[in-house]
Amino acid sequence: MLQQSSLTMKNVAIAGEEIESQKSRGSNADRIFRIVTASFAGAVLVILLIMVYEMVMQSVPSITKFHWDFLTKSSWDAVQGEFGALPFLYGSVVSSALAILVATPLSVGTALFITEIAPKSVGNITASLIELLAAIPSVIYGLWGVLVMAPWLQKTVQPWLVDHFGSTPFFSGAPYGVSMMAGVLILAIMIVPIITSISREVLLAVPQSQREAAIALGATKWEMIRMAVLPYGRSGVFGGVILGLGRAIGETMAVTMVIGNTPQISLSLLAPAYTMPSVIANEFAEATSNLHSSALMEVGLLLLIVTLIINVFARLLIWKVTKGAKGGGV
Amino acid sequence: MNGKVTLENMSVHFGNNHAVKNVSMDFAAHSVTAIIGPSGCGKSTLLRSLNRMHDLVPSAKVSGTILVDGKNLYDRSIDPVAIRRKIGMVFQKPNPFPAMSIYDNVVAGYKLNSRMNRAVADEIVETCLKRVALWDEVKDRLKSSAMDLSGGQQQRLCIARTIAVQPEVILMDEPCSALDPIATLKIEELIEELKERFTIIIVTHNMQQAARVSDSTAFMYMGELVENGATKKIFTTPEKKQTEDYITGRFG
Ligand SMILES: Nc1ncnc2c1ncn2[C@@H]1O[C@H](COP(=O)(O)OP(=O)(O)OP(=O)(O)O)[C@@H](O)[C@H]1O
Ligand SMILES: [Mg+2]
Repeated sequence: MLQQSSLTMKNVAIAGEEIESQKSRGSNADRIFRIVTASFAGAVLVILLIMVYEMVMQSVPSITKFHWDFLTKSSWDAVQGEFGALPFLYGSVVSSALAILVATPLSVGTALFITEIAPKSVGNITASLIELLAAIPSVIYGLWGVLVMAPWLQKTVQPWLVDHFGSTPFFSGAPYGVSMMAGVLILAIMIVPIITSISREVLLAVPQSQREAAIALGATKWEMIRMAVLPYGRSGVFGGVILGLGRAIGETMAVTMVIGNTPQISLSLLAPAYTMPSVIANEFAEATSNLHSSALMEVGLLLLIVTLIINVFARLLIWKVTKGAKGGGV
Repeated sequence: MNGKVTLENMSVHFGNNHAVKNVSMDFAAHSVTAIIGPSGCGKSTLLRSLNRMHDLVPSAKVSGTILVDGKNLYDRSIDPVAIRRKIGMVFQKPNPFPAMSIYDNVVAGYKLNSRMNRAVADEIVETCLKRVALWDEVKDRLKSSAMDLSGGQQQRLCIARTIAVQPEVILMDEPCSALDPIATLKIEELIEELKERFTIIIVTHNMQQAARVSDSTAFMYMGELVENGATKKIFTTPEKKQTEDYITGRFG
């Protein structure tokens, strides 16, 4: 006992000494710390700027050659030196938008189950399982997509769709399996976790008093969700959806493996398509001509701009809702 | 016992916490009953068991009997949703729906029950807002957000929202605690008028308020009902020492 306490005393003394010596060089250490962290932060910004600058510079040959044709023409032919990126823009935008349409109800429904319906323990387990889904590398989704989902689509789902809806332009043509539809589904599965977890956070932030207000008026659980919970969390959920859209647009590996990689614009969901990230990943190694790599660079630039716009939009929405939540209580 | 609402040996448990202990009392129809008592004594818990708000809290368990118009509130055959339309509630903090306009807030409950009929809804909005003395202040901006109102106006809006469902009983849990004296006075006047149509049960920390607005008063302490009776009697000649200490502020 005695020994112990004397030991503690000694420790205290040492700690005191340290504080003393730190004080004497405190201002100096602070200044160094500030300079170091600031330069790290600055470096990130500089790297980003250099990247964008390089992308723009390397796109110049393609930009000067094709101008707006790059965005409006659909022929992509490395041999002829013709590069129109419209099929990729179309493939990216359409596959991501449709993935959002599939994933949003699924995700919001799951988030509602977690926050409003399931007992707390079940909700928490569900939430962590879903977060786990986000940690699976995208190549594994792609592998599963191409080995399991695509054959299933080809043999089961798509023939049925052709039989019943084959006369509409959306389900015409032969079932290949790898297709816009496969891309949409794989993307939807991949963005469900992010939309779910953001929606969950937003719904958890809905004050209990809002739920009670609805319940006290004689609302059922579903009516409570519709009149108090969802309207309150509306813009936050929307922000989550937009973030999911951003992720879908940038997703490369899994989509490349299942979408069929054919630069065409077809209304049919059964037809193969191509996305911006996919074409970059597939062609950068074999881009021998200057123009070809410049065109790929420009596709990259296009992708960067689209994702940037979507992300800024999402941040604005989320910022608006978190600000609104503070003032919204009373 | 033959009140509008009757409690017989009613208890509420949160897990092991016995929050309301064997309370038996009557709430008379068309009168105002105030529930007073120190913080944590179970006032809100008792009030919330009267419209089955505890159904939302998994750990809460209500036992004993609560009769409303002679029928057991917690009977299997009773639909809690229907009962909450009959027994409305106003909360401590004003909680209008922020995404809705003033107009939509008032008819929020009405819309649940019936198919929206514009003319009827217009009329409900006007009568209810007039009854809570808010009509003149908001009639030109019914479409603007409920969040544009002051705290007192929001609370009156919440009362309008509650009476729009035409309940028979209104539960109020410290409805004025977030309001300034003038807004409080308005709500008190309103309670005075509302009791002609509704049975009102109000929880309050404000002794003067209980004395001003209520016909009967119930004093609770540590989950138990210590004493209840006519407000005048409770405030002038209480039977129990605890009650006297509390209302004279000598509580300790
Ligand atoms: N949702 C809940 N879960 C668990 N315990 C609760 C819950 N609500 C209330 N209690 C407990 O029940 C007891 C009574 O609380 P209650 O809110 O009814 O007090 P009160 O008289 O309304 O106090 P105040 O005047 O501060 O509002 C307290 O011990 C409280 O901890
Ligand atoms: Mg309370």
